Amino acid sequence: MSVMIHGRGVTVHRGGRDIVDGVDVDIRPGQVTAVLGANGAGKSTLLRVLAGVDAPTSGTVSVEGADWFGRARRSRARIAALVEQDAAAELPLTVLAAVSLGRIPWTSALRGPGTADEALVADALSVAGVTAFAARTLASLSGGERQRVHLARALAQTPRVLLLDEPTNHLDVRAQLTSLALVSRLARDDGLCVVAALHDLNHAMGFADHVIVLHEGRVVASGAPGEVLTPALISAAWGVTATVFEREGRHPVIAFDLPSSAEDTELAADRLSR
Amino acid sequence: MTSTPALDQRPSSPHTGPARAGRGSNARGSAVGTPLAAALLTLGLVASLGAAVTIGPADLTLGEVVASVLSHLGVGDSPLSAIRDGIVWELRLPRVLTAAVVGAGLAIAGAVMQAVTRNPLADPFLLGLSSGASLGAVAVLVLGVTVLLPAAAFLGALLALIAALVVAGPGASLAPSRTILAGVAVSSLFAALTSLVIFWSATGDSYREILSWLLGSLAGARWPAVAIAAGALLVVGVPLLLGGRLLDAFSFGDTAAAALGVDVSRTRWTMLVGTALLTGGMVAVSGSIGFVGLVLPHAVRLVVGARHRVLLPLSALSGAIFLVWCDTAARTLFDPRELPVGIVTAIIGAPVFVALMTRARRVS
Repeated sequence: MSVMIHGRGVTVHRGGRDIVDGVDVDIRPGQVTAVLGANGAGKSTLLRVLAGVDAPTSGTVSVEGADWFGRARRSRARIAALVEQDAAAELPLTVLAAVSLGRIPWTSALRGPGTADEALVADALSVAGVTAFAARTLASLSGGERQRVHLARALAQTPRVLLLDEPTNHLDVRAQLTSLALVSRLARDDGLCVVAALHDLNHAMGFADHVIVLHEGRVVASGAPGEVLTPALISAAWGVTATVFEREGRHPVIAFDLPSSAEDTELAADRLSR
Repeated sequence: MTSTPALDQRPSSPHTGPARAGRGSNARGSAVGTPLAAALLTLGLVASLGAAVTIGPADLTLGEVVASVLSHLGVGDSPLSAIRDGIVWELRLPRVLTAAVVGAGLAIAGAVMQAVTRNPLADPFLLGLSSGASLGAVAVLVLGVTVLLPAAAFLGALLALIAALVVAGPGASLAPSRTILAGVAVSSLFAALTSLVIFWSATGDSYREILSWLLGSLAGARWPAVAIAAGALLVVGVPLLLGGRLLDAFSFGDTAAAALGVDVSRTRWTMLVGTALLTGGMVAVSGSIGFVGLVLPHAVRLVVGARHRVLLPLSALSGAIFLVWCDTAARTLFDPRELPVGIVTAIIGAPVFVALMTRARRVS
């Protein structure tokens, strides 16, 4: 399969350090790619670059073969949609109004949203399963429902790349799984290029086709989740002891414990940094 | 693994319209009713303008007013005596029109300010504009060169804006919270300077004039005032109306706006400066009239929702109607004494604002 997003030496320098440090990525359409790493590893920052929100300090990104930051902002927004974590509105907004925001890159000041835009918004609402809430305000929804509204807003952008920053944050177990099942189906059935920053490694095991593990802004491993997420790597990147349980016909699950000896993990992390 | 039925069912044909599952009473995302609301408000504004001109010590009928206005537009002859005709054309009409334009301008400025700073409490005077304008106005009033008042007020507002932006800088990021704090600091400084000027040099009559200006008054509004305010509304206000789509993009913050293809810092700068210019134009002719820009957008938002393509024009119409009636009340309630209209807007606006806040708390 062809590569959709091609990043080389992507570096984001901010606050005196490289938050993302020379990252190479090749991300394919029709797959879910999980970006993994401890807090502060650079997941969100990398996602913002891939979403076209922030330009990298150095390095190159190309999407569909063209220089990503050579494109106009609007044309980037027509290709890639970003779902942030904890996006909140200060002003009261209905679900329908919130999802309609996704059409902004496709409309102009003089030409407002037309019937085609309305149909796409309705479609996005129904794909995300929030049609029933269309008339309610965001504030009246549960966390899981609100997350689906944000997903619907991103889908209303009719993107070819969908970037999700910790899409399962604050969701109950069932809502986590349904959200991830939905985006992996969008990748598989609609050929969407899905990139999700995830905290839960078991989610990556269950739903990702490809994982990229960041540690202190660098890529320390990438590949199929079952091959990459080994106890050694998890210990090095997250500082925990991991046990991987294989399951018959299902993806493996990982259990975590605090390490018995702090020195071991420091050693492992040290090896990783080098 | 199973997922909810809602997630599994992807219809083969997209809905042509959003389902209105009427849970929750506020089906305000709908566009239905917006053209109707706009039409009603426009009618209301025209009726208010006509009615407000007839109200006052000199009894005039609507027919007389219309005939007088038409005669000045070159259609027919005025049925009124020269004095009564002068009351319509030289005093009341320009004053009522100024009230409408200033009300519209302040409401637009408030709605834009609230969207760009993502602060529901933002108002047009947020960046120290009113205190800057006051300093300019008071300075010329004290010096006795009243002719320069609009220009001085406008320059004062501009100076305050520049000061606030310099304090809020550096860089183009212009974080909303920093901007607001900078506005507070500049406001305090300019207010202190204004007090100093008044304390030092104001005497007798100029006190009354200064007070009336500081509280906001349309008493002196003649045709030049209409021209200044309407000019600002046309040159700055109308382009701001067209920016509704960009303001919507800010609903979920800067990152979300950027991800929707909006140039965040350029848009925010343009909007803030535009708002400041618009407010400056209004303040120049009316003094600082509070609460119009704060309360009107809130009230309209409750009815039509937060989409700015709809919110901005409807706020402008409502603000115009509101200020026309407030000013009519200000000049007639305690006849022959006249209240500064800012007192009326505050007396009405403050309780309404409290009511809106209580309501908002209940909703969320």
